[in-house]
Amino acid sequence: MASSHHPVPPSGSRRDFFAKAGSIVIGAALMVVPAVSGLLVFLNPLRRRGQGGGASNAVRVAALRALPENGEPRKFPVLATRVDAWNRTPNVPVGAVYLRKVGPNEVKAFNVACPHAGCFVDFRADKNHYLCPCHNSSFSLDGRVLDPKSPSPRPLDELPVEIRGDGEIWVKFQNFRAGTKETIPA
Amino acid sequence: MKPPTDWLDQRTGYKKLLHEALFENVPGGARWRYVWGSTLTFCFAVQVITGLCLWLAYSPGAQTAWESVYFIQHEMWGGWFLRGIHHFTAQAMTVLLVLHLMQVVIDGAYKAPREVNFWAGVVLLGLVLALSLTGYLLPWDQKGYWATRVATNIAAITPIIGPGLQQVLIGGADYGHQTLTRFFALHAGIIPGAIIAFIVIHVYLFRKHGLTPKEPKKKPDAPFWPEQVFRDAVACLAVFATVLFLVIRYHGAVLDAPADPSEPFSAARPEWYFLFLFQLLKYFPGGTEIWGAIVLPTLLLVVLVAMPFLGKWKLGHRFNLGLLWSVLAGAVLLTWIAKKEDAGNPDYLTAVQAAERAADRVVALAQGPSGIPPTGAVSLLRGDALTQGPKLFARNCASCHRFGGEDGIGGVPKDVPSASDLKGFASREWLTGLLDPKQITTAHYFGGSKLKTGKMSRFVTEQISQFAPDEKTELSKALVALSAEAGLTAQHEVDLRDAALITAGREALSGDILTCTSCHKFHDADENGGAPDLTGYGSRDWLIAFISDPAHERFYGDRNDRMPRFGADQRLTAQEIGLIADWLRGDWYLPPLEK
Repeated sequence: MASSHHPVPPSGSRRDFFAKAGSIVIGAALMVVPAVSGLLVFLNPLRRRGQGGGASNAVRVAALRALPENGEPRKFPVLATRVDAWNRTPNVPVGAVYLRKVGPNEVKAFNVACPHAGCFVDFRADKNHYLCPCHNSSFSLDGRVLDPKSPSPRPLDELPVEIRGDGEIWVKFQNFRAGTKETIPA
Repeated sequence: MKPPTDWLDQRTGYKKLLHEALFENVPGGARWRYVWGSTLTFCFAVQVITGLCLWLAYSPGAQTAWESVYFIQHEMWGGWFLRGIHHFTAQAMTVLLVLHLMQVVIDGAYKAPREVNFWAGVVLLGLVLALSLTGYLLPWDQKGYWATRVATNIAAITPIIGPGLQQVLIGGADYGHQTLTRFFALHAGIIPGAIIAFIVIHVYLFRKHGLTPKEPKKKPDAPFWPEQVFRDAVACLAVFATVLFLVIRYHGAVLDAPADPSEPFSAARPEWYFLFLFQLLKYFPGGTEIWGAIVLPTLLLVVLVAMPFLGKWKLGHRFNLGLLWSVLAGAVLLTWIAKKEDAGNPDYLTAVQAAERAADRVVALAQGPSGIPPTGAVSLLRGDALTQGPKLFARNCASCHRFGGEDGIGGVPKDVPSASDLKGFASREWLTGLLDPKQITTAHYFGGSKLKTGKMSRFVTEQISQFAPDEKTELSKALVALSAEAGLTAQHEVDLRDAALITAGREALSGDILTCTSCHKFHDADENGGAPDLTGYGSRDWLIAFISDPAHERFYGDRNDRMPRFGADQRLTAQEIGLIADWLRGDWYLPPLEK
């Protein structure tokens, strides 16, 4: 059969060089177009579109009266418009915050996400601290890392709070990058 | 005439190929220790078959992934079985990979000239682990969602490329549709494709260099077929029997409640074979985590890749072996510690129970008459009184009230309750206790509140306690009628049965003997004495109005003790108040069997 017979490899003539170079260039060019167009879609998530992972404006979270006077933190969901690729869903939980009354008209807010890896921390009333159920990071009432062995690299992320009108608590909700010492918006 | 096989052979050369495949020389004859590679190839084939069939029914998307897996698991013929095989074979593969690696290193099969083949094996190991990481997310249940959040957040601490890598991997700044489409493409297309390519390289190189015999050879050389093939087949059978046993024992793979980014999942743990990494991270205090999550695994990988060179020296080979055994022992130890810590952690165990309840509940709701809405199964749980009621009660009511002595979610607050226990509120039993002179001033009813010294308490302790028998009869009728106002599901049948008694009780309630309406309003009879309106007492509308504004003149007016005006002060939304009311009334969907 013909397939069992290989022709003699061509010598390095000028004509051969063009054939070789041409094959390689054409072959590479043919692959570049689909590869690059695919790569663009693949890297699309790197595009920044507005505020990632949070509400762009402050949202009303709770009434001031809903917080205990003794400064014990309470957890509240943050309702905002959630954008997931092609879906826009208004008024759904996009995260949660711990609110704590520190003065007659002053409230502190923490994002409930642990700065270590993003699990939600729990407030433990019996021990008066926050504990992350995943890798056991603990935080004091004011958000500082409590146990020095905690894997969290930074305190709980504080969020700007505004008291508006008749004792309404508005929070500018934002998620932050996990695992870094610095607080970087996600 | 020539047999037709010759005709086919002339055109394809399959006989030579078959001969190549089957009559590979096995130096020293067939042995059980050579089976691991074949069992892995077998497992991969099982995963391809079951995976493609799962693909036929799976739909990646934040509102369809859990829903389609639910459909596979609970509605499709043998769906749970197919999914179970895929799930447990994946676990078997991880175990077999470790066995294969250990056997290769122990037998010195990684040394020259087989370095490249060893590296191909290391790549395959990484690819299979990547398969299980990506596959864990695809059901889009709480477990997969939270474990992936943690895993990708940890990947993001890689220097320089970390944050970009995370963004490309999860398809943006947040987890959603694009995370699923990407993980699915990786899991079902890119990684398996790479695995096939590397298996081809791996097997080609294996055949090129031949098997590394275990010295001393006990028997003469023999061909692969049939002795070794038989041993491989038996090993595959044993692996598959184990998989089937686990599938049936656990009725397939677990499907947790649908992923909810606003619902924390304290029971989040990675798949068991990643538990040692999870445990390891607990030992790296803030800022040093990169050592545990990135540096150590990378170092181990570097050593693994360098092993064929180290193995040239006798001491190097011993080092390789010692290292692998230590890593293995360390992983086993860390896994054991992680398991032990969890088993002794009541919070974790409560979280696991809550997760199981949520998983069962969402399935019951999905199988109910409403089915799964287009907004996804997560909205079933968000609008379910049985799921949300206890949580809302614990968060908003349990600082004063109790529910059967607890806070609604199984905890017992330390403080003495300062308002009534609402379990069975408005039922005949609950009202019997309220109107009992011995009980009304206990902490179970009015004992902890201002009402302890109020008119109602005095009426019960001073007058009802002195009731004559005919007055007591009136009271019992009135009690049944009042309880019927609530229209509780649990009392539906007895209320129907006692229709005549209820009519009589309504008259008793408005009558002169009991004098209820000298303080309370009841339908038309109204003396406006400032006590709560008893019309529709305990009904859904009544409860919603009460929780919304107990200080409304229809209820306690300005004599309201400390109960917040949950609706009027916008502490809770109308939907949340409705969920609390439904839960207190025991009003939620029950699947037919539980009714």
